[in-house]
Amino acid sequence: MAIKSQKDLLAGLMFTLTGAAFTLGARDYDMGTSGRMGPGYFPLVLGVILAGLGILITLQSFGNKPQPGGEIGHFAWRPLIFIIGANLIFGLLLGGLPSVGLPAMGLIVAIIGLTFVSMLASKDFCIKRAIMLSAILTVGSYLVFVKMLGLTFQVWPWFVGA
Amino acid sequence: MTDLIDHLSLGFSVAFTMQNLLYALLGCLLGTLIGVLPGLGPVTTIAMLLPATYALPPIAALIMLAGIYYGAQYGGSTTAILVNLPGEASSVVTALDGYQMAKKGRAGPALAAAGIGSFFAGSVGTLVLAAFAVPLTEVAFMFGPAEYFSLMVLGLIGAVVLASGSLLKAIAMIILGLLFGMVGTDVNSGVARFSFDIPELTDGLGFIVIAMGVFGYGEIIQNLAKPEEERALNTKKVSGLMPTKADFKAMMPAILRGTALGSALGILPGGGALLSSFAAYTIEKKTKLKPGEVPFGQGNIRGVAAPEAANNAGSQTSFIPLLTLGIPPNAVMALMVGAMTIHNIQPGPQVMTSNPELFWGLIASMWIGNLMLVILNLPLVGLWIKLLSVPYRWMFPAIVLFCAVGVYSTNNNTFDIWTTGMFGVIGYLFVKFGCEPAPLLLGLILGPMMEENLRRAMLLSRGDWGVFVSRPISASLLAVAALLLLIVLSPSIKKKREEAFVEE
Repeated sequence: MAIKSQKDLLAGLMFTLTGAAFTLGARDYDMGTSGRMGPGYFPLVLGVILAGLGILITLQSFGNKPQPGGEIGHFAWRPLIFIIGANLIFGLLLGGLPSVGLPAMGLIVAIIGLTFVSMLASKDFCIKRAIMLSAILTVGSYLVFVKMLGLTFQVWPWFVGA
Repeated sequence: MTDLIDHLSLGFSVAFTMQNLLYALLGCLLGTLIGVLPGLGPVTTIAMLLPATYALPPIAALIMLAGIYYGAQYGGSTTAILVNLPGEASSVVTALDGYQMAKKGRAGPALAAAGIGSFFAGSVGTLVLAAFAVPLTEVAFMFGPAEYFSLMVLGLIGAVVLASGSLLKAIAMIILGLLFGMVGTDVNSGVARFSFDIPELTDGLGFIVIAMGVFGYGEIIQNLAKPEEERALNTKKVSGLMPTKADFKAMMPAILRGTALGSALGILPGGGALLSSFAAYTIEKKTKLKPGEVPFGQGNIRGVAAPEAANNAGSQTSFIPLLTLGIPPNAVMALMVGAMTIHNIQPGPQVMTSNPELFWGLIASMWIGNLMLVILNLPLVGLWIKLLSVPYRWMFPAIVLFCAVGVYSTNNNTFDIWTTGMFGVIGYLFVKFGCEPAPLLLGLILGPMMEENLRRAMLLSRGDWGVFVSRPISASLLAVAALLLLIVLSPSIKKKREEAFVEE
């Protein structure tokens, strides 16, 4: 049998697996009775429903006539990696990672890191533009987030001030 | 009637302080600013700007958020008209005729029609909201847990029926959202569910984390994956803003029809802006063209005025179920629930009685927000156009930064940043697998409420499931939900529905 829609096939599998995982997980908690539901009751029911829906969606994705727009297409690895990477770098630089002894570098460094990494997501990376944009964003964020809105951030790296 | 006037005057006395007016203005301005950016809908905009309200007193924060919401919606229409890039689903239909008008050099009247239509509809919607709030709140006090549960079922079904694309997938996304809502400490037993012994997870998955990951990062990645198309900006010709006399004559009835339709549809669970604007456009298209009128799809001003009026009226009246029953009818309102809880307000019928200043002040400021949009946006059109001409490669790092800062400042915790990254990846998978994420957010917010009401209802009935059909209100709510599902699944409607969404 041919696949009618790759999108539906993968979505169906995703829902089935997630539903199954939640169902299994929910079995660790007390079910209770329908009159006195325990913490496991509702998630278990939902997990079973989700897995069932997932199986239905998977089955419906098979068929001989390919559906227009059903193919999955290319994965945009570059934006995916660098946008998520920029987010992680921001967290790492801003707060550090105490469990591996990485010290916090503060907001300014974190913004510069985020700007550079996220700009790599676009194909035409240009170092001059990255420097300019991180300067604008650093100054702008400091003024807006720290001065105007009064959000609490560690602004400078751990070795400055403190 | 005198009650209504009393209430509104109380509201206006709260909203008309210098400080609150300023926050309404700031909210509208920021909302439009972010909403104008292509690819950023109201959900992302509100989530991104929510941290800006953390330091404010609750009422100012809510006023500002309402402003952000209207601004974001208006910004979406502006991009739809000027560059044919609707920022969100509800302005898709605006782009059909609006962009054609802009291409013919009539961007000014198109923007004015959207602005005037929105303002008129917003004013009517606010009145409807104020008038219905009291009686509906009284109904709400008659609701027991069984009724609440059934109402939420109806709301969730309503939301998927209107989602474009596969119904099954939309339902699955809701269930997934409900399950994500289960993560964290169970209030009844104190058991930490699905938290893998991670202390941060015992508080549950934050809705900001999921909204930013799935909507924010997911959308940025998707936008970057597309080749940068040349955006045909119609900048040069936005000089004359005022519509002609003939324009006014054509658009006034359209605005009236759109307003009436939007106000009615907005109250429905799952309704709100999207359904309203689609329905309004369809109705305008069905009415006969006057001799000499431009056909629809080629720049008819009615095709801009009616859906814009409808979506604003709808977004206004969709506050009704939230404020009176505490149940969010759509993803944007789900975010508003989250925002309210951050400010220690539990939305629901008790807000009106326990905190009337806040309740009526918020309603009054909605009207003020609509007024500000007109005053603010028509003269500032030039500025928004400038912003639109900034290439995306300059824009997206700033958007990533706003998202990251927003997530971090919610709890001042880097753990939220890691989970947002994870949900960014998941969000991109959703896009790739053709799963619309809005129902997920709705499920996430409703999950704990649904479980709580289900448990209470079943406890009261001593485990008898019949309670949901033996109580009349609950039974009728469930019947409507079942009817909705049946209608959508019936073959003829199913075909029509698919056609309607293809038409986009």
